[in-house]
Amino acid sequence: MQESTLEAPTQGQSTPFAVEMRNITKTWPGVVANDHVNLEVSKGEIHALVGENGAGKTTLMNILYGLIHADSGEVYINGQLAHISGPRDAIHLKIGMVHQHFMLIPPLTVAENIVLGHEPGSVRTVYEVKKAREAVLKLGKQYGLPLDPDIRIEKLSVGLQQRVEILKILYRSADILIMDEPTGVLTPQETFELFGVLRGLVQQGKTIIFITHKLREVLELSDTITVLRRGKNAGELVTSQTSQAEIARLMVGREVLLRVNKTPAHPGPVILHVENLHALSDRDLEALHGVSFDVRSGEILGIAGVEGNGQSELVEALTGMRKITSGKITITQVKDGQAGETQDLTTLDAREERVVGLAHIPEDRRGSGLVLADSIEDNTILGRQHWPQFSWKSFVLLLRSIARWAKKLITDFDVRTTSVEATVRSLSGGNQQKLIIAREFAAQPMALIAAQPTRGVDIGAIEFIHRRIIEQRDAGKAVLLISAELDEIRSLSDRIAVMYEGKIVDIVSPDATEEQLGIMMTGGHL
Amino acid sequence: MMFFQVLFHALTSYNTWQTALLFAALLVLPALGGVISERSGVVNIAMEGMMLTGAFAAVIITLLFHNLGVNNSLCVILGVLAAILAGGAMALIHAVVSINFKANQIVSGVAINIFALGLTSYLVFVLTPAGQGVPSLPASLLLPTLSWGPLSKIPWLGTVLFQQNIIFYVAILILIGVQFLLFRTNIGLRIRAVGEHPQAADTAGVNVRLLRYLCVTSSGLLSGLAGAYLSLGVAGLFNPGMTAGRGYIALAAVIFGKYNPLGAAVACLIFGLGYGLSLPLQDLSSNPNLTYLLQTLPYVLVLISLVGIVGRTTPPAADGIPYEPGTE
Repeated sequence: MQESTLEAPTQGQSTPFAVEMRNITKTWPGVVANDHVNLEVSKGEIHALVGENGAGKTTLMNILYGLIHADSGEVYINGQLAHISGPRDAIHLKIGMVHQHFMLIPPLTVAENIVLGHEPGSVRTVYEVKKAREAVLKLGKQYGLPLDPDIRIEKLSVGLQQRVEILKILYRSADILIMDEPTGVLTPQETFELFGVLRGLVQQGKTIIFITHKLREVLELSDTITVLRRGKNAGELVTSQTSQAEIARLMVGREVLLRVNKTPAHPGPVILHVENLHALSDRDLEALHGVSFDVRSGEILGIAGVEGNGQSELVEALTGMRKITSGKITITQVKDGQAGETQDLTTLDAREERVVGLAHIPEDRRGSGLVLADSIEDNTILGRQHWPQFSWKSFVLLLRSIARWAKKLITDFDVRTTSVEATVRSLSGGNQQKLIIAREFAAQPMALIAAQPTRGVDIGAIEFIHRRIIEQRDAGKAVLLISAELDEIRSLSDRIAVMYEGKIVDIVSPDATEEQLGIMMTGGHL
Repeated sequence: MMFFQVLFHALTSYNTWQTALLFAALLVLPALGGVISERSGVVNIAMEGMMLTGAFAAVIITLLFHNLGVNNSLCVILGVLAAILAGGAMALIHAVVSINFKANQIVSGVAINIFALGLTSYLVFVLTPAGQGVPSLPASLLLPTLSWGPLSKIPWLGTVLFQQNIIFYVAILILIGVQFLLFRTNIGLRIRAVGEHPQAADTAGVNVRLLRYLCVTSSGLLSGLAGAYLSLGVAGLFNPGMTAGRGYIALAAVIFGKYNPLGAAVACLIFGLGYGLSLPLQDLSSNPNLTYLLQTLPYVLVLISLVGIVGRTTPPAADGIPYEPGTE
């Protein structure tokens, strides 16, 4: 149905597209990242480029910015065929890109980062500090993005660093701004501010391409939408005429349940018992002031709260990665609804805790969940390498048995990869997370601690992960869920504990309204 | 008691300081080369080999033109130019291997050092009659010592500062130049950016490869010049392996100086003082075998200072990592 518009020659348009990409194909060894992808962006609009992780959004934009080269296909900028062989060409065509991982140099100042590559004067001259500083101040004023030009990047918050990135592009007088997942690292407040800035830029005549997989943001901000799925065009939409469900369906290729389906819980005996827990933060301040709760067999206890109120320290204390100053944590073996032996967890280290049946999905999957440079096989036995089926006398690895195990896990948990020997780094974020979940769930734990289990994961994988967590609950495990996403907490939990300043304010039922939870998250009682 | 008397005497003697500055200048040239290269993100441990190649080229080219009957000063100038170019050529190998082929930069550096030793030894054997080695150069074919008129007559200071080899003064100018280039110019800003975060520099429109090529090559030019200073200025001859690890000491100075030109210069001065002191301290002992041990003084100073005084120094974030466009 869209064929006719896509094939229409550009010169026939009354006003040419700001950006038109036609039949872009890019293959990596073994993967087709972009398969005859088309993209049309009109001047002065915010265009959302959406798709799951690995759908080829960033590849397409890196091609537009000249960082990588397409195998075939054409790019037209304002109706003119463009040959973009590197970022210098893109900058020349007034295209700017804010990368998902910021392209800033931490030890250099704001002004140095902004003017880099296009310093006042010429390459051969002395660096003119004053002119650079003035340019930054002037731009900041013009676009309402004030910044101190002399401060080093490493001293800035993530939100302000992003502001530097935007000013950097505007300094190069870009008209077309590519924003790659700009809200992934921002707080809700910073996201709100960013949207205001982007709307202001469009009013000043800029064109914005906005990469995201957050549907709410797509509807809130964009004018038009291109959906990619597995490297191909899945649909072109006008935002005012679509819905979250339709976008989600195009992204995933099937109907997606945006709500979690679960049956009522049938809680059994207490498995995880936490009593009056105290622990210090990294800066030696008291992070946990006497936290107490129980998690029963067959229930999910959600921990809600604004980030930084002790949730991370709680998880680390429970998993043996942080020393506790006082308090008690016990785990009880429950079989067929009957409580058995109870063990004290406080004296155990992370490895011993795994032996007694504690599984852990860490909040920082790249830092503490996986060894990115190692193969999928090796990662599936991390922490279990001493199991008799994986090593002889805990010393010689049984490679064939490990490979079989890895293959079983990636099939059961739908981890998409070319081979179990591939490095974990080559997996998309969602697949990395599924791999951790596969490893932790396969250990048949008694209790499961899931910290931010769906952070940075696309919707298809989120649905999958949520279903698996509920399966664990229904199998009689105790699940402790810690998440910054209030929606996730509310839809999965059977009870919600709200944390504020290192204490549990209250434990309420999931029927509590968002407003009620919000009051408790700032320390208020109902 | 005896020891401290000798040490005090040595520390106040102009001889010690004159030698210290001579060696400091010899070390600071390759060290500056190292600073430039590492600041752009390419680890360079090949200053030793580049220096050796330079030392060889300087002597051979000087003698060659001398035998052709060219005027003495011109011979020396051509010799120095040849040294600079020879060092640059070795550096170019390192640049191609580590920038284009993205090979391990340590391995490439070690290979260049070994290659330089083998190549120069072989060429000495082939090029000299009966392979008996390069003859010592007459004083007329050496780099001149500059005497700054009345300034050189100042007691103590005159001898230490104003009666040095011409290359000493060149080295000071280059030191100031490199410091200025790195921290006060647009090129310097780009070099530092490329060494810290090449992806960021590339997306900002900086030519990462070109800059790295220029920086690595400059390290060779400077090391080559140091080689000429060693053979044509200090020693007056060429022996295989005559750099005797000084390229590595320069490397230590780069790290000791926290990848800053001035810091590296201070380090070179300390290491130079080690050479200056090792000579008078050798007189202390009637046991000639102790001489060998005392000759290691500069190297011991390197170790002590690296471990004890400086502690951890942080190299540029992208030092030693080949740049792959389009990755994050």
